[in-house]
Amino acid sequence: MANLRVNGQERAYDGDPSMPLLWYLRDELGLTGTKFGCGAALCGNCTVHLDGNAIRSCTTPMSAVTGKAVVTIEGLHPTGDHPVQVAWRDGGVPQCGYCQTGQIMQAAAMLAKKPAPTDAEITSTMAGNLCRCGCYQRIHTAIRAAAKGA
Amino acid sequence: MTELSTHHKFKITNVSRRGLLKGVAATGGLVLAAQWPAVRGALAAYPTGGDAMPNGVVSNPKVFVSIGGDGTVSIVAARAEMGNGAARTALPMMLADELEADWARVRVVQSPGDERTYGNQDTDGSRSVRHWIQPMRLCGASMRQMLETAAAKKWNVPESEVQAQLHEVVHKPSGRKLSFGDLAGDAAGLPVPAADKVKLKEASAFRYIGKGTIRIADLHDITTGKAVYGQDVMLPGMKFAVIARPPVVGGKVATLDSSAALKVPGVEKIVTLQPTPAPYKFAPLGGVAVIAKSTWAALKGREALKITWDDGPNKAYDSKAYRAQLEAAVKKPGKVERNVGDADKALASAARVITAEYYAPHIHHATMEPPAAAARINHGRWEVWAPVQSPGGARDDVAAALGVTTAEITLYPTLLGGGFGRKSKCDFAIEAALLSKNLGGAPVKVVWTREDDVRHGFYHTVTAERFEAGVDANKKVVAWRHRSAAPSIISTFVPDPKHPFDIELGMGWVDTPFDVPNIRMESGEAQSHVRIGWFRSVNNVAHAWSIQSFVAEMAHQLGKDPKDFLLELIGPDRIVDPRQQVTTPWWNYGEPFETFPIQTGRLRKVTEVAAQQAGWGKQLPKGQGLGIAAHRSFVTYIATVVHVEVGDKGKITIPRVDTAIDCGYCVHPERVRSQIEGAAVMGLTLAKYGAVTLKNGAIEQSNFNDYPLVRIDESPKETRVHIIEHGIEVPPSGVGEPGVPPFAPALCNAIFAATGKRIRQLPIGDQLA
Repeated sequence: MANLRVNGQERAYDGDPSMPLLWYLRDELGLTGTKFGCGAALCGNCTVHLDGNAIRSCTTPMSAVTGKAVVTIEGLHPTGDHPVQVAWRDGGVPQCGYCQTGQIMQAAAMLAKKPAPTDAEITSTMAGNLCRCGCYQRIHTAIRAAAKGA
Repeated sequence: MTELSTHHKFKITNVSRRGLLKGVAATGGLVLAAQWPAVRGALAAYPTGGDAMPNGVVSNPKVFVSIGGDGTVSIVAARAEMGNGAARTALPMMLADELEADWARVRVVQSPGDERTYGNQDTDGSRSVRHWIQPMRLCGASMRQMLETAAAKKWNVPESEVQAQLHEVVHKPSGRKLSFGDLAGDAAGLPVPAADKVKLKEASAFRYIGKGTIRIADLHDITTGKAVYGQDVMLPGMKFAVIARPPVVGGKVATLDSSAALKVPGVEKIVTLQPTPAPYKFAPLGGVAVIAKSTWAALKGREALKITWDDGPNKAYDSKAYRAQLEAAVKKPGKVERNVGDADKALASAARVITAEYYAPHIHHATMEPPAAAARINHGRWEVWAPVQSPGGARDDVAAALGVTTAEITLYPTLLGGGFGRKSKCDFAIEAALLSKNLGGAPVKVVWTREDDVRHGFYHTVTAERFEAGVDANKKVVAWRHRSAAPSIISTFVPDPKHPFDIELGMGWVDTPFDVPNIRMESGEAQSHVRIGWFRSVNNVAHAWSIQSFVAEMAHQLGKDPKDFLLELIGPDRIVDPRQQVTTPWWNYGEPFETFPIQTGRLRKVTEVAAQQAGWGKQLPKGQGLGIAAHRSFVTYIATVVHVEVGDKGKITIPRVDTAIDCGYCVHPERVRSQIEGAAVMGLTLAKYGAVTLKNGAIEQSNFNDYPLVRIDESPKETRVHIIEHGIEVPPSGVGEPGVPPFAPALCNAIFAATGKRIRQLPIGDQLA
């Protein structure tokens, strides 16, 4: 039996310890804001916070999250108004939107540690998150805006 | 809540998508007047191809809009939303504007797949705005007039004295007001005015159209994780399935040992699915499905399957060998597709002949959301959830696969996590339905992994293009011979004709608008060995890349500026009409020529604007260069200038992209900019990395490690979009796709300017290293 905290709520898990956190969040908790994109930590669509760090939930087994705190997009801000979320809306970032929750979680974790990142830090931090619609220019601009507002 | 049409018997309760998915009972059910005969046919301001699409366009406001007693205006989005903002934002926005609705009080509701009610739903071909601007405006204006009539009756005043204004109707002489909600019930009982009695707004009175101020409908849900895509569908008691599909198209299971898979905890059932013989259409490939309690258990179960495959008729397909075949095909005369004058004779007598060949491989869509779909029988009816570009078509195909009537199926389109043509093909929805049928109608979701997606797609064609241009003593082009060989999309649907069909020919090839007296285009024979499908911009991608690269190559050889030479080839302002010059009746993106002719003046203009905005001709440091390309696709004119810096080891940096687009009247400029910005990234990906290759009939790539996409750190630093402004009298044209084709040639031409290295095969890969 593994205990963890998801979006502030205590959870107990007694299934396959090798199951990635992604499938626990999606299939068992119904937290589908965390997206499945590649299953191999190549696209960043599944990014969540584990004890404040941005991680790829698709390759993080449940055995690695025991006693830890997971925050998903659903728990990032009670009304969905985290500065990154607001900047994303003000900047009209999304097209299809599928990758955006992972992008937002990655950006939010970065800004929590580094409130005023350089352009180079933004691109290197966000380089693990793919967007097939190609919203990168707006992602960069929105992170700049969120950093200013944070 | 007083609904606009509560007295109607046939109800489609279609509240919020999320409500439906979570099985929540209808709260304030929107009632759609589906039993009314649809008012078909667009407003006759100008004809479009919308009427000629299957089931045409519908302009009955009672189909598309309803008003609740609380004033909430519900507008139906009947097309699929895959990210360009047309289906769930631009189209409802146009209706809302003519209605004088307050956008803050509008909710957008997604229709099920049902083309008899809603008209054509096939979201494809960059058609949504150009086909639906007139029906949507007519719907909104008709409903506005019905509300005005209802108010005039209530006040017993002449209709000329009342006017709808931002969610109210005002009696102008007295200043009295009634809200839309107050009038909804009365308006519902009124007949829809005849189209010729409906007065549309003047463009100067638009609140939303043309402004670019309306945010996309799902913006809040997307940024908070509430948006529901096909992968996200969760139904009570739902099972999860993954499928081991034949690695070679047309293959089938030879032997299967599922004993180990059945021992994996959570695995419940193994189902063998039969393959479909060619032509494959959108049918599933067959294979072995593992049905389990969770996605993870299904994946583990699939790993434990022991399968040997009978690879079937395509097992020898090898990309290297096939390339040689295509290149041989374009070296000899092919089927004549367009002929003007006598190109052979003019080439024979030309002062100089310039020749080049280009090759571009298969590419794959790699939508960020891998395909997924769910199905079940609920109270005796089939229900299917799927991220499909053609909800009506998918419903028909699922019905045929299940052997039931279309009427027995409700198909709920979810949001699409990218489409790009992949999700026009509903194979994954059929898989879900077949598996649910196997389970007696129990709910099941089919999940595709990224590897499934990359290996079992409908691939963009592979192509060889050969050019021979004859130039006279004055460096004037007198002959143009272009041969192309590429397996055809039509081979997915009919016995392979081995030559392109009208749609492929019309995509930036036989419509090449160059001012050259002798033109000959020939297609070489090419047989398909995979499922060829359409990828955003389709054949325009390779046609524009090769043609516009060749133009720049010629300019260099003739000592001319590439932009000036491109303008010289486009020639003076005129209308180009290839209709009498082509072998196969010319396809103009399905549009009437009179509404959407080929206007070289517009192609010139975008070329000039992109060049000017990019500072064409400016001095750049060593290792940097500008490249230009212009192209007409989806009846839109577009030109791109790429500024590239090529580093020591061939590293490509793109400081800036300037694209000028003439898409007619621009309905949502902010979303147009977003599409063109994104197209630059997709264009860069296909130029830099895009290649799917086959060996022994199977795809060699699997995930983003070997099928990479451009990331933020290599993306263009800045893409600037210059929109050519037009009044509403110039019909809107396509936006979703036209941005992609000019990017790769503009980049390759910039690379040549920077390094002197000419790229004649895609992807660029390590050619610059």
